[in-house]
Amino acid sequence: MDSGSSKFPRDPTPIVGSSTDVSPLTSRTLKPPHDERTADEQAAGADWNALAASPRFRELLKAKRRFIVPAVVFFVVYYFALPVLVGYAPALMTKRVLGPVNLAYLFALSQFFMAWLVAALYVRAAAKFDRMARDVISGASE
Amino acid sequence: MTPALGMFLGFVLVTLVITYWSARKSRGASAYFAAGRRITAWQNGLAVAGDYMSAASFLGIAGMIAFNGYDGFMYSVGFLVAYLMVLLVVAEPLRNAGKYTMADVLAYRLRPRPVRAMASLSTLTVSIFYMIAQMVGAGTLVRQLIPGVSYEMAVVGVGALMVVYVVFGGMLATTWVQIIKAVLLMSGSVFLSVLVMARFDFNLAKFFASLGAISSTNAAGATVTRDFLTPGLLFKNPLDQISLGMALVFGTAGLPHILIRFYTVPDAKTARASVIWAMILIGLFYIMTTFFGFGAASLLGPDYLGAHGGTNMAAPELARAMGGELFFAFISAVAFATILAVVAGLTISASASFAHDFYTNVIHHGKQRRDDDEVRVARITAFVVGAAAIMIAMALGPSVNVAFLVGLAFAVAASANLPVIVFSIFWKRFNTTGACAGLAIGLLSSIALILVSPDFMKSPLFPLKNPGIVSIPLGFLGAILGTLLRREPEAEAKFAELSVRANTGLGAEKATLH
Repeated sequence: MDSGSSKFPRDPTPIVGSSTDVSPLTSRTLKPPHDERTADEQAAGADWNALAASPRFRELLKAKRRFIVPAVVFFVVYYFALPVLVGYAPALMTKRVLGPVNLAYLFALSQFFMAWLVAALYVRAAAKFDRMARDVISGASE
Repeated sequence: MTPALGMFLGFVLVTLVITYWSARKSRGASAYFAAGRRITAWQNGLAVAGDYMSAASFLGIAGMIAFNGYDGFMYSVGFLVAYLMVLLVVAEPLRNAGKYTMADVLAYRLRPRPVRAMASLSTLTVSIFYMIAQMVGAGTLVRQLIPGVSYEMAVVGVGALMVVYVVFGGMLATTWVQIIKAVLLMSGSVFLSVLVMARFDFNLAKFFASLGAISSTNAAGATVTRDFLTPGLLFKNPLDQISLGMALVFGTAGLPHILIRFYTVPDAKTARASVIWAMILIGLFYIMTTFFGFGAASLLGPDYLGAHGGTNMAAPELARAMGGELFFAFISAVAFATILAVVAGLTISASASFAHDFYTNVIHHGKQRRDDDEVRVARITAFVVGAAAIMIAMALGPSVNVAFLVGLAFAVAASANLPVIVFSIFWKRFNTTGACAGLAIGLLSSIALILVSPDFMKSPLFPLKNPGIVSIPLGFLGAILGTLLRREPEAEAKFAELSVRANTGLGAEKATLH
């Protein structure tokens, strides 16, 4: 899960990233790569309107929306189903389903695994978003 | 010297060494406010967890489960699920488009002065309310944990330490205090859970079976036996739970002290990875509240806990019963570290917002007279905020009920901050009027509803303890209606730039060398 793991593609933006993405635990001073540009230098040459209108960027936004909107709707519905069911269908939720454990507690516990699952799926999807974002930026500097 | 006092002092000593080391390392605003943006994913994940899991989480939830069973566990669930909102919606755009504070993203394409002034007000409100709750908690807690230390001494001590961390060590010291606290809290919780489960021969069935009938004495003096897995022992009104859930799930993504943590990492991808680390830790911690919360109910019982310090002492008392004085001392020191790490995070978010949003951008129109102006103002603010928090906590005294302050902080964050953050990133038409209206209505409605809630009034005008279910829709509605009042072509024209920046990270603030 570390940023340095191979799960994530290399970040497209010329960021200190690789060599200086190290917390200053030691007193070692690290040199930035020679192509390092400041945020302002990097932004100065960008034509934002052209980028925003480019098909690659539209594609990125669409891909993000396709994942994020359903994911948010899903977790909000799943989460609020718990207090709603507990509040308005108590007979169902106090039913003991696993030895002494009732449905309410199991459903509450399942929320943790739901959260981890959605997060894991997002990390997988975001790897693709990172690639698409890199394409948008490299298209800009061509 | 008692073992508890010894462990407190040990923790304080370690954090002061870190502060000294951070103070020597940090130069410049990016180092002071964002630790040079060189915190790694796992470090920031631990720090987010350390920033987030307050004494209310550790002591409060353990106590609530120990006294009310399942309903207390509802808090645990909400606190984790809330991070999905942070992960999916706010963390990455914020890191890509902002610099030091939440208001950076709002002010990006809107008129900066009114927006920053309002955002700064909301940030200070959330941070200070939350901080006072922590300080009063610290005062009452330390008094119970170390005999001979008074409430006032404890409040001054906690206040002085957090000011030292933030004034001298900035974000780097704050981050490491939070990391150490997170490690202590996680290991304390694991030990405690293992000791509890050992009493049940590590048999989950036996553990849960013991929760089916727990006897306690009710207010009338009669003995009642309740199933602690049954919902409804604490929340009688279902709307109460839904409203609380809304404030938790939508509020976390608007808490300024959590949001500024994402500026401490090199890029948005690291911000994302750090949320994942935080979610693993926070999730494991809140699952463990099952063992030590329900464990305290089953092994000690609400009556014993009620006679030994009440709700907040459930976890430390359980530790004493399971592992003796030394373990009690350790868990007490963990609780103390927990409070310190959270108040340090709150102090730096309040002072960063005042210095960066209000002083530099509202008063001085974005120009600093001298290079280090912003950092100097932030240091003074941290000192003033610390002093104010000490005085308010002393004036309120140990007996005041502060639980509503944390609820209020989450409600303001959800009703005022989240709508404007979401709209400024995703809604092109959104404008300055909408931002100011959303912030003002979210802030005022949550405060007003709390003032007429059961926490404040004998015959409340508003029946719910948490205003979320009303104030969050009001915050969104205020932002939408305010926006529709007028058009702001400048804001719409800059949407393309913000959108590209937020989604690709082009031109995002870089990590710096110290």
